[in-house]
Amino acid sequence: MPTDINLWPLLGVAVIIAGFVLRFNPMLVVIVTAIVTAFAAHFPVEKILATIGTGFIKTRNLPLIILLPLAVIGLLERHGLRQHAQRWISGIRSATSGRLLMAYLGARQLTAAVGLTSLGGHPQMVRPLLAPMAEGAAEARFGALPDKVRYKLRALAAATDNVGLFFGEDIFVAFGAVVLMTTFLREAGIEVEPIHVAMWGIPTAVCAFCIHAWRLRRLDAWLAREMAGSAPTSPTTPVATAGKGA
Amino acid sequence: MTLTITHLYDLVGLILAITAVMTLMDRQHSRRYSSAFFWGLYSLVFLVGDQLPPVWVGTGVVVMALIAAFGGVGVGHHVVRSAAEYTASATRLGNRLFIPALAIPVVTMVGTLSAKVLVVGGTPLLDPKNATLVSLGIGCLVALALACKLTHETPVQGIRESRRLTDALGWALVLPQMLGMLGLVFSDAGVGKAVSHVTTSYVNMDVRFFAVLVYVVGMALFTIIMGNGFAAFPVMTGGVGVPILIGVYHGDPAVMASIGMLSGYCGTLLTPMAANYNIVPAALLDLPDKNAVIRAQVPTALCLLTCNVFLLYFLMFR
Repeated sequence: MPTDINLWPLLGVAVIIAGFVLRFNPMLVVIVTAIVTAFAAHFPVEKILATIGTGFIKTRNLPLIILLPLAVIGLLERHGLRQHAQRWISGIRSATSGRLLMAYLGARQLTAAVGLTSLGGHPQMVRPLLAPMAEGAAEARFGALPDKVRYKLRALAAATDNVGLFFGEDIFVAFGAVVLMTTFLREAGIEVEPIHVAMWGIPTAVCAFCIHAWRLRRLDAWLAREMAGSAPTSPTTPVATAGKGA
Repeated sequence: MTLTITHLYDLVGLILAITAVMTLMDRQHSRRYSSAFFWGLYSLVFLVGDQLPPVWVGTGVVVMALIAAFGGVGVGHHVVRSAAEYTASATRLGNRLFIPALAIPVVTMVGTLSAKVLVVGGTPLLDPKNATLVSLGIGCLVALALACKLTHETPVQGIRESRRLTDALGWALVLPQMLGMLGLVFSDAGVGKAVSHVTTSYVNMDVRFFAVLVYVVGMALFTIIMGNGFAAFPVMTGGVGVPILIGVYHGDPAVMASIGMLSGYCGTLLTPMAANYNIVPAALLDLPDKNAVIRAQVPTALCLLTCNVFLLYFLMFR
């Protein structure tokens, strides 16, 4: 075992965990963690700021996927996209929130597995279409939803996009993660074929679909129970409700 | 001319600069000056960030974080329409509303897939290294044109709507990049080496099942800390995977790598550090609980992690 390893940077890990657990403002937690970690690694002040600056410039691509679609999505929302998505889904008799999300999960996994990762996403798919449709399908069945139910449907719509993407994309041979894994193993003197790495992603992908789809199936039963209890006592939430039947 | 990611940075910088100016002119804004300063600084990162000395950028980032942390980024005044107006235009436009919305993913996909073919005189039209993001940019511009034509609105109204949503997201919009930066600081400071040192020195791996458990759960835990499976993979695979699972127990490396990485993704579902997947969607969907998406994912992630332990154990040593 080498003994010259500096264990002090682990202080940064402690800071970030404590910060999130104690629910400080995440921006404050992150900046304090960055400074503490760099300080623990014996960086001088100027180098700390330069490391933060360089890191921030290197990661400029991260917010693009959120920022770029906002103008279009906002404009369409102003003209009733969400209301129309809700009404459109409520015209389909067999549509339930659970079944809709399950179908989306399957489609998201399959398209990600053939490399079409950009067919979904939170700003361009979940906010304007998937979440309103999940709410619309539930409203068509049970009437106006209390906020608790509405928020749970939205959170599950976002979760379904994540699960579908994560456990689909690794099956695609040309995906960055597969390249990263084979490159890392090659440097360690182990040769593996990218296609084998991609193939062994399939068992976990199947498990991911079964587990999450099973949870989505139970969602419909949960909705029925929840709405049976609360429907007569709290008749309406005045949030823009879509008309029933198209 | 090749369309590169730099053009997107210019575009986003411009949108943010206009957002900052609109904020400054919004007299009904409660935190008018500090919010405008925040978005103005952020627009500079995109417009001229790579030409500035890193120390300046770093100082700017610290200032932005402090403005956000002490409540300096507020929500401006936005004219909202009534529920009746929404319903009326939804009825009028009907299914045509879906066309611009679906144009974004469709154009992105077509652009990504055809980037290799779009070459004029030896120069690629789309930057091959960032084909998806550049295509997304084109998709958004095409969709904006379609949306303006459909709704008879101007692109300026599009920017106003963009500002409305940017305000709704607030500093959460910057968080993914802050956390990406933190990941790089962690790696420069040697956090990965320290974690792998601690894991390998203090955990007993004499039992094969236990070694598998350490690798799978370690990948998830380290991803929770770093917010990114890509950062956890070299650490856990270099520390535990290659020396123990392959070196000592002679497992199949392809199975180890694949299931190991997917165990990391289970960690991604559980952590606020993966802001783009967990915190930003909560803000985008107007959820009062910022951790609501993580809460919705906990059962799936934990069940799947358990599956991965057994999948790795049985498939790796066939």
